[in-house]
Amino acid sequence: MLSIKNLHVSIGDKPILKGINLEIKPGEIHAIMGPNGSGKSTLSHVLSGKGGYTVTGGSATYQGKDLLEMAPEIRAREGVFLAFQYPVEIPGVSNIYLLKAALNSIRKHNGQSEVDAMDFLTLVKEKVRLLEMDEKFLYRAVNEGFSGGEKKRNEILQMAILEPKLCIMDETDSGLDIDALKIVSEGVNSLRSPERSFVMVTHYQRLLDYIKPDKVHVLAHGQIVKSGGADLALELEEKGYGWVEEAVA
Amino acid sequence: MNTATTSRYAAEYQTIVPALPGQNLPWLQALRAEALAQFSAQGFPSPREEEWRYTNVSGIEKKLFAPLADLTAGDVDVEWLKAHKLQDAWVLVLVNGHFSAELSVLEGLPEAVSVTSMADALATQSDKVEKYLGAAADQAEHSFIAFNSAWFTDGLFVHVPTKLVLDRPIQLLHIVTGSDAMATTRNIIIVDDMAELKIVETFVGVEAYLTAAVTEVFVGQSAELTLYKMQSESDKAYHFGGCYIKQACDARFTHHNFAFGGLLARSDIHVDLDHASECELNGLYLGVKRQHIDNHTRIKHLKPYAISRELYKGVLDDRARGVFQGRVIVAEDAQKTDSQMNNRNLLLSDDAEADTKPQLEIYADDVKCAHGVTVGQLDEKSIFYLQSRCVDEETARNMLTFAFANEMVDKIKIRGLHDMILEQVLTRFPQQGVNKEWL
Ligand SMILES: Nc1ncnc2c1ncn2[C@@H]1O[C@H](COP(=O)(O)OP(=O)(O)OP(=O)(O)O)[C@@H](O)[C@H]1O
Ligand SMILES: [Mg+2]
Repeated sequence: MLSIKNLHVSIGDKPILKGINLEIKPGEIHAIMGPNGSGKSTLSHVLSGKGGYTVTGGSATYQGKDLLEMAPEIRAREGVFLAFQYPVEIPGVSNIYLLKAALNSIRKHNGQSEVDAMDFLTLVKEKVRLLEMDEKFLYRAVNEGFSGGEKKRNEILQMAILEPKLCIMDETDSGLDIDALKIVSEGVNSLRSPERSFVMVTHYQRLLDYIKPDKVHVLAHGQIVKSGGADLALELEEKGYGWVEEAVA
Repeated sequence: MNTATTSRYAAEYQTIVPALPGQNLPWLQALRAEALAQFSAQGFPSPREEEWRYTNVSGIEKKLFAPLADLTAGDVDVEWLKAHKLQDAWVLVLVNGHFSAELSVLEGLPEAVSVTSMADALATQSDKVEKYLGAAADQAEHSFIAFNSAWFTDGLFVHVPTKLVLDRPIQLLHIVTGSDAMATTRNIIIVDDMAELKIVETFVGVEAYLTAAVTEVFVGQSAELTLYKMQSESDKAYHFGGCYIKQACDARFTHHNFAFGGLLARSDIHVDLDHASECELNGLYLGVKRQHIDNHTRIKHLKPYAISRELYKGVLDDRARGVFQGRVIVAEDAQKTDSQMNNRNLLLSDDAEADTKPQLEIYADDVKCAHGVTVGQLDEKSIFYLQSRCVDEETARNMLTFAFANEMVDKIKIRGLHDMILEQVLTRFPQQGVNKEWL
């Protein structure tokens, strides 16, 4: 699904990612943990095509294609979805409008016709129920005035409707209350399939209690300093990051 | 001042004057003479005047616009007119500055309401006109008002009596078909105590011409008036449109100013607020190519407890220039004034320009006054967010620009007018961007 090889990324002259290697197979869930400022969001952004970063070395191959060559919207249409750590407010553009625009661009990209208005509404309402959201959110401007948790839930709503192949979730759990975390996790679990992979950036074991990862990686100082199974997260929860960082240094 | 221009106009004036309405009214003759003298002495406003400092009208000065004779309705393209005519409204059509009964729709108006052409009003109820003409617009203020007083050929006269609520809007459709022509109209709108009215002023045309329109508005005690101005003059036209409003105690007035057309367009919206009255001024100006769009607002809080709210938004592309000058004056007597003024500009090109000048002059001490202005580009974070949701960059830019402008369109409460203006905003995104069916 995704193969990252020796990826180096700088912001201006400042190296942020210093040789990331990551192999993600279809159907796998990878958790990425690591201290603040280690480069987790940077990795998520670079994979989804945000500007302002310079790739100084390495590659990222998605479904056999050079991911880094593609415009952000092409990546999205090809099935890469980023659930933002800080979702952006877009005043004046309604949630449902953006969902329709997004879904139709994916369909067009795949040579399909525009979605039928009734089918679309049925689909959207089903997903709104799945995430236990109020339908009113559909008609509000994208994220405008949403609470922190509502924004995160809205990201997952978009993900559920667009059905991406590679879901990158940057701290989706942060800001969610206990009930919301459960609902969102169930939503994510319902999207699991042998063809769909997940990269979940998180600071907390809680999320991983609901969504069991196949692999856990620790990102520190721009490198993956340790990888392991689901148990690694438990160990980190107990001991912190000090010991893995030390082991590398 | 360009004396050559003013003397040419003054010379022409003598040949025109017999055709102007109200020849038999000495008070009007005196008013016109005074206005002509003022215009002859001052010429068109100059950027040296503080209220005109960002707007140079030398393009107007260079030409000699001539009034056009009454046109027969047959000369007007009916289909084109239909596109601008509101359904479910009483419509008064002015062609080249002259009322056309044939093209207007005035059937079914309540007896008590007086809606006539200005020429008619001067012929049949000149006492009333005399009382109001010049009572809100001060022609000494600048010479476009004086120009209008001297030259106006016709206009709209509306009087809604006490407590009457008109359920349909009245549209004043102002069209110009001629080239190098001037269309000079004077309107008076009187809404008596506790009455309610909605007015739509629409300005359209095809050639290079000058519109000089002045509207005087009187909103009585606890009365309510909403006035929409839709200016989509031709891209070769010059437009001056001044609206001068006097609000009595507890009166409510809302103005929506959509300034889309014209090569050079200037609007004045000047409001005087009495005790506990409220006004809301909304504006949207869209400039492309070399358009120059100037909006000048002035709100005078004369008595305590009045509320004013103002939001003007501009979208400027290519080499277009937008001007916003907003003055709020709070008189010594106007304690407990509550006023907010905002101007936000979106620049879509490096050559576009926005000049914004909010001015607060506060002479009372117990007031709440706020103002804010922004001039900026589209937010890159928002563009990336949309791209990450499959939207290509150009569409994302169009979506965000449309959303910025649409906030003002969404405030329109008359369905037909809303759709008409939305349509015009959407034509600004011909390639791609906004799918109307999804809105
Ligand atoms: N525009 C920028 N200019 C300079 N440095 C930047 C810029 N953006 C990010 N950085 C730096 O890059 C580093 C990595 O940031 P990133 O947001 O990827 O961290 P993170 O691992 O996601 O942290 P957190 O857990 O707090 O979300 C940080 O040191 C940050 O300060
Ligand atoms: Mg982060």
